[in-house]
Amino acid sequence: MNFDEHKPIYLQIADLICEKILNDAYPEDERVPSIRDMGSLLGVNPNTVMRSFEYLKTIEVIYDKRGVGFFVTPGAKQVVKNIFKQAFLNEELPQIVKKVKLLDIDSETLYNHIVHGQQSR
Amino acid sequence: MIQIKDLSFKYGNKEVLNHISMNLEAGKIYGLLGENGAGKTTLLKIIGGLQKPYCGECLVCNEIPFQRNPSFLSRIYYLPEETEYIQNDCSAFDYAKLNAPFYPKFDWEKFHTILKEFDLDGSKKLNKLSHGQTKKAAISFAVATNVDLLLLDEPSNGLDIPSKTTFRRIMAEYCLDTTCTLISTHQVRDLENLIDPIIILDNHAVLLNESLERISEKLCFTLEISVPTDALYAEPTLGGYLCVRRNEYGHESRVNIEALFNATMQNKTSIYELFKNA
Repeated sequence: MNFDEHKPIYLQIADLICEKILNDAYPEDERVPSIRDMGSLLGVNPNTVMRSFEYLKTIEVIYDKRGVGFFVTPGAKQVVKNIFKQAFLNEELPQIVKKVKLLDIDSETLYNHIVHGQQSR
Repeated sequence: MIQIKDLSFKYGNKEVLNHISMNLEAGKIYGLLGENGAGKTTLLKIIGGLQKPYCGECLVCNEIPFQRNPSFLSRIYYLPEETEYIQNDCSAFDYAKLNAPFYPKFDWEKFHTILKEFDLDGSKKLNKLSHGQTKKAAISFAVATNVDLLLLDEPSNGLDIPSKTTFRRIMAEYCLDTTCTLISTHQVRDLENLIDPIIILDNHAVLLNESLERISEKLCFTLEISVPTDALYAEPTLGGYLCVRRNEYGHESRVNIEALFNATMQNKTSIYELFKNA
């Protein structure tokens, strides 16, 4: 996995798990890989992975079954979707809007790209 | 696990460590950083019982390392930077057969698995192996000992590019919660995301001994178009300057260990002061 230069690693791992929940790789109420397995897979200190899991626990995306492991909370998919949506609207979109303005891309071109993908005009 | 208080060490008249103090705990993988000659290897050797402190206190697993009691030696493993000491006229398996009995918790299955992950044939004579392969054999043995204290001096030196990734995965997977691992390194990028807490040593003090979590609370690492006036450290990079600043607004950033090291070297006192008070 290639990590982003600027975002803390524990949050990047949390994002990775959230993405897997969104695309059903980790279904609700099922076990996610253990801290050790995740650390080994990514070559990351298990204590860092532990922090990602703790974070996901506080936002109720996963829960801890004592002695068994961590599980995806029922309803987690919607929670993740909301969080990602907010992050997109508040952080990513303003960057895109800035660029659109900078490059003078008119709304029609933009609309066509969003709706029809690559082919415009 | 390790308590060091006011420890000093000299080679003849040359002071290498001057009244340093620190505590290390089990279950963590410490990264020991310092400039050339800062005393990293000396410190590892003192902790491992190979050198005698000039003065001060060093307690490891409640024992004095230099007394080299068998009870102590069976609980620690020191992997030096040069691993030629294992290059005997025998295979890695034979070497382990001879040496594993000194380590009561030695795990044969782990030893075989790690050799396999390094793609190393354990039945080959050790004196026929390349430098990097010898290192892999030594690392495999060291990790399989399951000791309480694992001291690794520049373990990633000599490993080829894929093996560095393998090394990180092995450490993340096989270091026990009960083990304290202390890795000295100059190859910060080889060990990024693995080492935490970070210790920065110079001859006169432990400048820093903190978890990445606390470092990112106190300092922020950002990309800026120009160098801010309050930057503790800045280096030109693609798209501007990578800047290290006091984290005054609770901005959560990824700790860049190289930049952290350089910032600490340039601002020894202010970094030390910044972390001294909880």
